Amino acid sequence: MTIEKDRLPRELIAMRVAKELQPGYFVNLGIGIPNLVADFTPPEKGVIFHAENGLLGIGRAQEVGKIEIPDMMNAGGQPVMPIPGAWLMDSAESFAIVRGGHLDVAVLGGLQVSEKGDLANWMRPGRAVGSVGGAADIAAGARQLFVAMEHTTKDGEMKIVRECTYPLTAVGVVKKVFTDIAVIRVDSSGLVLEEVAPGWTPEEVRALTEAPLAVSPSLREIDLTM
Amino acid sequence: MAIRPVFDSPEEAVSDIFDGASIALGGFSAALGCPINLLRAVAGGSARDLTFIGNGVPQGATGNPEQPFFVVPPERVRKVICSFPAAATTRRGVSPYEAAFAEGTTELELVPQGTLAERLRAGGAGIPAFYTPTGVGTQFEKGKEVREFDGRKYVLERALRPDFALVKALKADKLGNLVYRNTARAFNPPMAMAAKVTIAEVEEIVEPGEIPPELIVTPGIYVHRLVLVQGRQP
Repeated sequence: MTIEKDRLPRELIAMRVAKELQPGYFVNLGIGIPNLVADFTPPEKGVIFHAENGLLGIGRAQEVGKIEIPDMMNAGGQPVMPIPGAWLMDSAESFAIVRGGHLDVAVLGGLQVSEKGDLANWMRPGRAVGSVGGAADIAAGARQLFVAMEHTTKDGEMKIVRECTYPLTAVGVVKKVFTDIAVIRVDSSGLVLEEVAPGWTPEEVRALTEAPLAVSPSLREIDLTM
Repeated sequence: MAIRPVFDSPEEAVSDIFDGASIALGGFSAALGCPINLLRAVAGGSARDLTFIGNGVPQGATGNPEQPFFVVPPERVRKVICSFPAAATTRRGVSPYEAAFAEGTTELELVPQGTLAERLRAGGAGIPAFYTPTGVGTQFEKGKEVREFDGRKYVLERALRPDFALVKALKADKLGNLVYRNTARAFNPPMAMAAKVTIAEVEEIVEPGEIPPELIVTPGIYVHRLVLVQGRQP
């Protein structure tokens, strides 16, 4: 089903997620919308971003063709600069940081999120081969896991479901879901709608959400001011 | 002193890789930290029935946009243990490994990236197995012991001890002590620890003592052979 209303662009989903990051947090960002969160996090906030390939302290992007520091990349293979005070490590140590609960927040993309906070984000069914990369470790290890994604697929399929049907990344780990129409908290009793995009009603969000959705008594509109 | 042999060519350095050998391939991707010259030597060799352990499939970057990657032919690879079998880096053309995995001609053991790194570190550290929270409740726990500690579930994972590790470092001293360039480090250090024979391709070889002890990342005790390669990899 579709509802003909404006949805937030990817950048505004990322901007909303960025507001959740507290000063001094250590944060890992997945590829896609999560990766944009860094663009909306002012350096003076002192948030330190972790790349699981082995860099703690990701700075601005390096321009391809004008590489200032060779072999300095994020986990998506994009050339980046280190921030002053950045630290390099090998993969084993990098995932000790991940698994050891040292990251305050991880933000990952999602194919499906269940009402119990299960996440499926690395393979669509029907594909022969999928790459899990570091997603399963990051989802299991971060102290708080946020998912940033479109609320439904391009074909209008629901992504916030009762049970994930795609291969799972981790179970019972998602804390909050940020989409192009809503912000949803995963509670022990189920999903709670906390925020809606401008112009959207809780009923309209529910119509695009397979899992039952309670409405927070303090429901508000997603704040789109920087 | 345990001066490490410096081989004249990558081909000589890998010439004893035997049929059925397991090989850990260092770095993060085909274009980051990959020992491209050693891998090319294996690709051009004749050893078969190989098992490759790495973040991705055994492919290296060429620096040529027309033909961005070379691979060890999947027909000679029995099994790949990795976290990125369908690498984003293959979008300029499907890797032959995707077809080999789909058809089952090469076996794929898909492993979460952190579990893979720790299986190697543990192998090098004399730890045969360990419990990890990664993969609980997912396909990654299938066939493995799951045990609860302090109210949380963990999966038992086995260590890896490959026959060979091919690693890429920026610089070595003659004792095999290694330093890496930036994020090209990645899987190279845990693989160097884990393998029975570790072969490092490096861009520079210096006298012992020229790398200050506190800056050595991989100690030479884990490194058995060196090959000097000219120039930075693509």
